[in-house]
Amino acid sequence: MKKTVLFGALTVAGLAAAGAQAATLDDVQARGKLNCGVTTGVPGFGEPDANGVWQGFDVAVCRAVAAAVLGDPMAVEFVPTTGKTRFTALAAGEIDMLARNTTWTFSRDVDLKFEFVGVNYYDGQGFMVPKALGVNSAKELDGATVCIQTGTTTELNLADFFRSNNISYEPVPIETGSEAVQLFTAGSCDVYTTDASALAAQRANFANPGDYVVLPEIVSKEPLGPLVRHGDNEWGDIVRWTLNALITAEELGVTSDNIDELASAPGSNPEVNRLLGTEGTLGEMLGLSADFAKNAISAGGNYGEIFANNIGESTNIGLARGLNAQWTEGGLIYSPPFR
Amino acid sequence: MASEYSYVRTDFLGESPPPARETGAIKWMRENLFSGWLNTILTVLAIYFVVWLVVGVWPWFANGVWDADNLAECRAILDGATGACFAVLSDRWTQMLFGIAYPADGFWRPTLAFILLFPSVAPALFAQYVPRKFLIATALYPFLAYWLIWGGTIMIPIVTLIGLIAAYFAFIRLERASGFFMGLVGGVVAAAIIWYLGGFVTDAMSGFLALPEVASRDMGGFMLNMILGVVCVSLSLPLGIVLALGRQSSMPIIKGICVIFIEFIRGVPLITLLFVANVVLAYFFPPGTNLDLILRVIIMITMFSAAYIAEVIRGGLAALPKGQYEAGDSLGLNYSQAMRLIILPQALKISIPGIVNVAVGLFKDTTLVSVISMFDLVGVIRGPILSSTDWTGVYWEAFGFAALLFFVICYGISQYSQWLERQLQTDHR
Repeated sequence: MKKTVLFGALTVAGLAAAGAQAATLDDVQARGKLNCGVTTGVPGFGEPDANGVWQGFDVAVCRAVAAAVLGDPMAVEFVPTTGKTRFTALAAGEIDMLARNTTWTFSRDVDLKFEFVGVNYYDGQGFMVPKALGVNSAKELDGATVCIQTGTTTELNLADFFRSNNISYEPVPIETGSEAVQLFTAGSCDVYTTDASALAAQRANFANPGDYVVLPEIVSKEPLGPLVRHGDNEWGDIVRWTLNALITAEELGVTSDNIDELASAPGSNPEVNRLLGTEGTLGEMLGLSADFAKNAISAGGNYGEIFANNIGESTNIGLARGLNAQWTEGGLIYSPPFR
Repeated sequence: MASEYSYVRTDFLGESPPPARETGAIKWMRENLFSGWLNTILTVLAIYFVVWLVVGVWPWFANGVWDADNLAECRAILDGATGACFAVLSDRWTQMLFGIAYPADGFWRPTLAFILLFPSVAPALFAQYVPRKFLIATALYPFLAYWLIWGGTIMIPIVTLIGLIAAYFAFIRLERASGFFMGLVGGVVAAAIIWYLGGFVTDAMSGFLALPEVASRDMGGFMLNMILGVVCVSLSLPLGIVLALGRQSSMPIIKGICVIFIEFIRGVPLITLLFVANVVLAYFFPPGTNLDLILRVIIMITMFSAAYIAEVIRGGLAALPKGQYEAGDSLGLNYSQAMRLIILPQALKISIPGIVNVAVGLFKDTTLVSVISMFDLVGVIRGPILSSTDWTGVYWEAFGFAALLFFVICYGISQYSQWLERQLQTDHR
């Protein structure tokens, strides 16, 4: 990028060479940084710490992709997006991928022309109410005021759920999760609804978590996953197989502790060898180095480690694996084979 | 003379003090607070309310916890007592002031720029007390501040400045020779040539007096509010004056353009313009082309406030008696002389309260950029701080801090404008 003073004076980024739309992989490698769209803040999933370093479950996917493509998990430029700006940012090329607890739906995939590369968290929409309300089921919520984040699938699910059960509600639209919590705990709405993971994460920090209950109903399927633009399948493959590498690594028992040893020489398990690039040419097929998966896994550990460190039961968030356990353990997390 | 009338006084009584209820604090209270039964009731209620408020809020301040790593720790320290968790401020104050991504070893740069702001604007704001020649500091400040905050080689602002100076002299020369329009064209061409050539110089000297570069998207916190507020106010004032004069112009095309611009911008909410800046503009550029987001936002906010300031100034212009315009004409002054020497000084003076009103409103409106996911002060609080695992659930402390910062600045602006009005007061009221 040649910086002329004309624009350099006005803009810092300036005008990059316009025109020819190169492949995303080339762009990222030329830039030396991955532009990754993240949330403006969801506890455990994406949040900058006190030093401004982004942490979280979704953020770990960005870091893994950066490690796979560039060899450096820190070579990520995080672009915070809101529920409203996320899709335009991706469509306009401001970001290379979006990892922002975004639900995979038909219309987002087909109509908005995005490609969901997989699912890194199976979520579902739940309801939280104060215990004092004495409600045991979401179906008893007739006439309730509901705090709901705008521009999300939860807003639509909520309407569907109440309509199909023939009960009425009054929505209180809000912009971010923290505002919702504030309104909810202040009593401005009877019910707070969002993904069950976020409910658990936010309730953990209530002054009196015991005064609130999460109702048993899960009213929607919310498969959350990273996504890229239509039209660059090679790039989509890279993000998809980076995510799959993290999942496969857990399945095969490759962890950040033993990965260096396993990757140093071909071992007895051929799939581990193929995954870590000691055998076969999988990395080359993606246009990456042979050890791309090793780099990705080294960035933050395998899928299970990322889960445990960011949102697992030992953290403040305290989510159980549940649906997000490996398929071998009764969950839905399943990666196609590395072959 | 001794009097034979024993009942006649011969000497004066000493002055006695006025009755206690007619002096000092008691009199003031009687007249102002307890002048009737209605006022007495209201006073008592008000006192009760104030005491109730202070008693209620005081423990919250006094018990405030300043040293904790997260909200749970705060609650553990407070152990059920009422108290604020100011630890969020001590933990995250740099994020609130500078945003989440500004490099920590560079915090002195925006701080220095902020401190230098005061001596630099003084010649413009306190023109009576500071010699005119110091205005050069005001003119140089934007370039210095840009270099400090964004970093990079100092050659970039220098070449920009040289280009502007060249454009100015080209304009002056050509305007004398062949009129305003040619002057304008000449100025633009001169600047473009200098900037183009300067591009090679800066590329070659990219290490000269260079500070580490900071990308625009790494700007944030109160610093971003200050940048947007200062830049947009100072740009929109001249633009507003031009628009206001344009709207009064007798030339139909200029008048039409100004009217359409003002009415269109005033008819659209600022938040819509910001969404246009952030989202829609991105569709018009080819992918990978990225006009700086801060620049886009500055353009939108400046246009918005310029339209409002234009209307305020038009009010000032309309308030002047027709005789003032005719006085200018009868003295043989041309348009620009009449405006500069007679009309605008009076019109602007009348407009001061309105302009300050727009400026204060504009400064607070800069927090709207949080909606387009820029991490200004409010955006940082709403996003990274309130959504972090450590600090979800802290509201009053963080937003109170933000309110305090904004209050200080806005109150300062307001006090300055009142002072300015007193200084410019020429009538005898």
